[in-house]
Amino acid sequence: MKRFAFFELIVAFRFMREGLMQTLLIILGVGLGGGVIVFMSALLSGLQANVVRRTLNYQAPIRILPPDQVARPLRAVEGAEIAAQVQPRSQRLRSIDQWQKIRDQIERTPDVVAVTPVVAGPGFALRGDASKSVTITGIEPESYFRVIALDEKIVAGRHDIGPLDIVIGTELAKDLGANVGDKFRLATAVGANATLTVIGLFDFGNKGANERNVYVALRSAQNLLDLVGGASAIEVKVRDPFAAETIAQTIRGGTDLQVESWIVTNAQFFTAMRAQILTNTLIRLFVGLTVALGIASVLVVSVIQKQKEIGILRAMGASRGQVLRVFLIQGGAVALAGSVLGSALAWTFLLAWRELARNPDGTLMFIVEIEPSLFAIAMVTATLVGILAAATPARRAARLDPVVAIRS
Amino acid sequence: METLRLSGVHKSYGVGTPVELEVLHGIDLVLERGEFTALVGPSGSGKTTLLNLIGLLDRPNAGRLFIEGQETGGLGEEDITRLRGRSIGFVFQYHYLLPAFTALENVMMPILAARGRPDDEMRATAATLLDRVGLTPWRDSKATEISGGQQQRVAIARALAMNPALVLADEPSGNLDTASADGVFDVLREINETSRTTFLIVTHDPRLAQRCDRIVELVDGRIVSDRPNAHVLRSSSG
Repeated sequence: MKRFAFFELIVAFRFMREGLMQTLLIILGVGLGGGVIVFMSALLSGLQANVVRRTLNYQAPIRILPPDQVARPLRAVEGAEIAAQVQPRSQRLRSIDQWQKIRDQIERTPDVVAVTPVVAGPGFALRGDASKSVTITGIEPESYFRVIALDEKIVAGRHDIGPLDIVIGTELAKDLGANVGDKFRLATAVGANATLTVIGLFDFGNKGANERNVYVALRSAQNLLDLVGGASAIEVKVRDPFAAETIAQTIRGGTDLQVESWIVTNAQFFTAMRAQILTNTLIRLFVGLTVALGIASVLVVSVIQKQKEIGILRAMGASRGQVLRVFLIQGGAVALAGSVLGSALAWTFLLAWRELARNPDGTLMFIVEIEPSLFAIAMVTATLVGILAAATPARRAARLDPVVAIRS
Repeated sequence: METLRLSGVHKSYGVGTPVELEVLHGIDLVLERGEFTALVGPSGSGKTTLLNLIGLLDRPNAGRLFIEGQETGGLGEEDITRLRGRSIGFVFQYHYLLPAFTALENVMMPILAARGRPDDEMRATAATLLDRVGLTPWRDSKATEISGGQQQRVAIARALAMNPALVLADEPSGNLDTASADGVFDVLREINETSRTTFLIVTHDPRLAQRCDRIVELVDGRIVSDRPNAHVLRSSSG
């Protein structure tokens, strides 16, 4: 502790105070640059989290489907004619063979959080003169809500779906003129139909999903879609949604089933997100570089201005290391102070964003979480960048020949 | 006891180039403890170069240099810095005080550089030294807020902060009016007599040289005369 850099700290801070205007200007520059970086980072992660959250509101990270039915060409037999063209088969709604066993097996896969069977297929919602095409999803509420938080999206009524109950989206309710407690008929292409009572309305924050999806009990869907005892898909929730494709590959390896991750089914979204991340990273990189160059150039000027002082410090016994640390501390200190200012600016911008960035209907455009860890990371990174930026001028100061410096 | 010994010291600039210039040609010089010596000579004779070598701010091309009996030739950069900080004090023609610091802090600076952190003892040492050069009332003034003569006295106090064996003064009164120059010289002399600190003072002023015990004359990089001063003027008033 005795050799702790008090000398360097004292000299560094006095030098900074001596050139106060210069110090304040570079802190302001670092602050503005840092503020832009922190604000953009928070905005981007907020935007991504929002899109991911909205997508995963109504879509499981992994969906397992029965294998496609394929038309096999006849085996070549001597003297027989072979068709030259093989037509692909139409795919009918089928159950996954041994779905209970497969479900249990998937539940044991590492990083899988919840598994649920569903029966999903097309149907028509009929009420009075209104007829809407819908996707019927039959669920086991208890396990389904662990995969898709439908229960949290209920805006009216309840979610404990029984055999004669149905939960529909707010848009479909509007189209059918139905409300909680009303009944309507659900019909399917296999000729089955059922009159069900609306017990709840949900809002996924996505017009398409609110218009199209209806939820009934698993057994009701099995009857309506002629899949008694079956499950047309198994939906899986994983710990890290971004690891879904890796886990999907693991599951796929053990079966001949179709295993789709949301990353593959939303490939366009991920391409757009990657492009956005790249653009954002480039902008932050260049802003960071500009800030670092700003710190370096101010310190280069400072070294030139303080040549005599450096020479005299060396003559009175200050070592090269001490002189080096004086300037490294200055670089780190202006960067830290600038990042504190930048964090405060970014905080203000983010609060303003929360208030001002709204959809035409007055709802929030998207939620930007203000994470304290982001500010801590920004401050630590800025300080390290400041020290790195100061390295060249600091080495130059340390290498100054005291005789030349004093004579300069 | 020897404070300084130079033996056959040569210094050249631009070694190995067509413009190689030898500035010092085999200097032999010994300063005993407590000597108060003037180094005189015309401009360009090599006085400042010699002072830089003795002050370990520069290295000779040939010859040997001892400070308090320790040969400096084989020392590395860090050891040289430590020896310079511990054994040698500098007073330059211009005071070179750090403008961001007060008079007291400027005097403390060499001790702070050596010890790494401030303490009460170094504060007391600095205060005593400022008192010795008559600047107690200005101890908390910034270097820019005091007169030229006072600035040079602060520089003298700073040179003495580490209680060095040898103080090198390069025209310490060159920038001052006669009265201030005499005052600064009085301080140097008083310190020499009370502390037995060895002084080597470069001066162009024959009047001030006459106040030293010994006068060494350097011409064209050679010592042409080294004599004791038989008629030392003890003070500015004669």
